Amino acid sequence: MINFIVESHDGQHIPISVPEGISLNLMEVLKASDYDILATCGGMALCATCMVQVLKGGQQLASALDQELDMLDRMPASDDKSRLSCQIAVNEQLEGCVFKIAG
Amino acid sequence: MITTDIGIIGAGPAGLFAVFEAGLLKMHCHLIDSLPQVGGQLSEIYPQKPIYDIPGYPTVNAQQLADKLMEQTAPFHPGFTLGERVETLQKLADGTWLISTSEGTEINCKVVVIAGGLGCFEPRKPEVDRLAEFEGKGVSYAVRNPEQFRGRHVVLAGGGDSALDWSIFLADIAERVTLVHRGDTFRGSPDAAEKVFELAKIGKIDLYLKTRVVSLDGAGHLEALCLVGPEGQSIINAEHFVPLFGLSPKLGPIENWGLAIDKSAIEVNTTDYSTNIEGIYAIGDINIYPGKLKLILCGFHEAALMAQSAFKYVYPDQRLTFKYTTVYGITELQQ
Repeated sequence: MINFIVESHDGQHIPISVPEGISLNLMEVLKASDYDILATCGGMALCATCMVQVLKGGQQLASALDQELDMLDRMPASDDKSRLSCQIAVNEQLEGCVFKIAG
Repeated sequence: MITTDIGIIGAGPAGLFAVFEAGLLKMHCHLIDSLPQVGGQLSEIYPQKPIYDIPGYPTVNAQQLADKLMEQTAPFHPGFTLGERVETLQKLADGTWLISTSEGTEINCKVVVIAGGLGCFEPRKPEVDRLAEFEGKGVSYAVRNPEQFRGRHVVLAGGGDSALDWSIFLADIAERVTLVHRGDTFRGSPDAAEKVFELAKIGKIDLYLKTRVVSLDGAGHLEALCLVGPEGQSIINAEHFVPLFGLSPKLGPIENWGLAIDKSAIEVNTTDYSTNIEGIYAIGDINIYPGKLKLILCGFHEAALMAQSAFKYVYPDQRLTFKYTTVYGITELQQ
């Protein structure tokens, strides 16, 4: 299992475990875990409604590609820790990471 | 006032195909969209992306699909009101509907079809103190008329291509252009970024990197902006502030029409995609029902069933008989 943590709006750390080899991105996992994210564009890095802050483990994730970086540049409130969860593939790199859903 | 049989809110793929299905049954349509062009998400969000799940097209570019749908609706001469947001919907004494837009356009129709996709695309607003107070008084979220900035000092904020492109364009019109960006790189559009850095070097654009606009000031009209950057706080005087952070979809006024809504989507009866209000239908990404899939092809199916059902409001005295286009062809609708 891949284990990572989602920090809720009130600061609680909620562990999530996902089986290895699952072909999902983080946005899909968060939605399936009933987190309140819109993800209106469905995962094309176009709406930024699935933005997260990577509080821990950002450097172990695969780097963002141009389209994601462009969208993050466009957001009024994003910083070095911001990522679009739809562009983060769920795999072993997520082990131990801490994410916070933006907004 | 515009009079038609069906008023369609949203000119995306579902709305456009509804024109075709309605046209086969001799019903006239008028489409209203908050975007300045037809096609909805196809044209606005991903025009150059391929789509692989349109039956009969192994692959089709989004914009190409929008163009083809327009071609398909042509024999039915739909009307268009573009760049205007639908604000109110009112039931009249004779049982017809009156749709009113943000620009005051009125459409009288027998049936309303909401094909609003994700909702209206509204500008993303940054968190800036007193921003709302100066909207229309120096703050705008789009450059509609560049000439209004002639001889003025305009501050743009954002790091996307529109912030870069407008900075370059306005550098020749405005008395002074300031671009504020919270990062120190522009990763999406390297060519435009290079041009902006060049213009900054020769003093045609004031570039503030790693900086945010935090508050606005002025008496009645915008006069000054407070920025926070690596060297702390600074105040700059300017008459115009244009935050350019892209568009984000919102359900908007539709929420207040008494429709049954679940998670920003309109609940429908899957027999005919009617809503809880008689004479109002919802098709495409904006509706929700058990098993709903947000696919263009599902929107097409919903449009077909909707048209068969809407017929009774447009031609209450006629009996509808189902006909195949292959047998009867397509009869152009009189304008």
